[in-house]
Amino acid sequence: MSANGSRVISVGHYQPEKVLTNDDLAKMVDTSHEWIVSRVGIEERRIAAEDETVADMAVGASRRALADAGLGPGDIDMIIVATVSAKDVCPNTACRIADTLGVAAPAAIDVNTACSGFEYALAQADMAIRTGGATRALVVGAEKLTAVTDWEDRSSCVLFGDGAGAVVVEGTDDPDLAVSPVVWGSEPSMSDVIRIEEDAPYIKQAGQTVFRWATTQLAPLVEKVAESADVKLSDLAAFIPHQANLRIIQGIAKRLDFGDDCVVADDIIYSGNTSAASVPLALSKLIQDGKIASGAPILLFGFGGGLTYAGQVIRCP
Amino acid sequence: MALSRDEIREGLSDILEEVAGVNPDDVADDKSFTDDLDVDSLAMVEVVVAAEEKFGVKIPDDEVANLKNVGDAVSYIEKG
Repeated sequence: MSANGSRVISVGHYQPEKVLTNDDLAKMVDTSHEWIVSRVGIEERRIAAEDETVADMAVGASRRALADAGLGPGDIDMIIVATVSAKDVCPNTACRIADTLGVAAPAAIDVNTACSGFEYALAQADMAIRTGGATRALVVGAEKLTAVTDWEDRSSCVLFGDGAGAVVVEGTDDPDLAVSPVVWGSEPSMSDVIRIEEDAPYIKQAGQTVFRWATTQLAPLVEKVAESADVKLSDLAAFIPHQANLRIIQGIAKRLDFGDDCVVADDIIYSGNTSAASVPLALSKLIQDGKIASGAPILLFGFGGGLTYAGQVIRCP
Repeated sequence: MALSRDEIREGLSDILEEVAGVNPDDVADDKSFTDDLDVDSLAMVEVVVAAEEKFGVKIPDDEVANLKNVGDAVSYIEKG
């Protein structure tokens, strides 16, 4: 059985209990609350416990997304997890989640496109549902970036946090509720700009180059996402870009003609940069807080390591 | 006709004011972007992007690190 489209029916998120403030960081490296807030807009971030894994956080978010939809593990036949920080290569995180939740025999995939991972994963779930490969999918972004953070590098260790966000997607024949066709791609000539490599397993990035790329090249791609969804930027209820840096978010947003009521996600202030988890985390919080009306269009846009990017418009469940 | 150094400095000063809130009275060739004008590394990228548009020049990321003070930037743009 296939459907003409897919729609997001529920959301959920999980963040570790421990809060790491800028003042905490100032005790570890040469930095200050003012310096961090002015450069990247982050006030605090959540840090996973030593023994808390990417899969643990993914399960936390997934349970909430399933509960939000009133569904159980038997209702899911596909799990796609976007992560760049799962330490274990095999089994993948999707199988670990399935095992823990008791989802019997789902198609189980991990996606690694770094900070754009969730949008890539959502696009694949949408395609699977439209072609009959799945009927209901759990799509998760989960990261433990603090495990790949160089805690002696004052320019990068202030940026990252841990967490997970999840959505449940199922078929729909109503085009007004459907996930829009994805706009995705990459910039492979800039593959060295953001790295986590074997010989130095920490996130390294050329900050100025990433900042220039993000603030000059991405706004036209966001416009293309809206065009592909046949939605005007001015009609969007929310814009949820990857939470990389508040100044990047503002830099992209100021080039786009959003309406005055459009919510531009700024969860980075409280969560830091959580790579593939940042968009579903921010999405889940905005919906939970009642900031977006049911059925209203929300533009998701991920970008990051690769370099890669992907985006689509969903309707608020 | 090529712009004079004064014209370039004036254009740069407008950009610095708009992008980084720098007081135009503070802009002079010997002023360091970081130490004197409080332009941080990301604001410097915004200044460079705006300068590329305004003056029709290319300023690659590798070059940005060499532009320590206003005079360096004026000279770079002057060379085109």
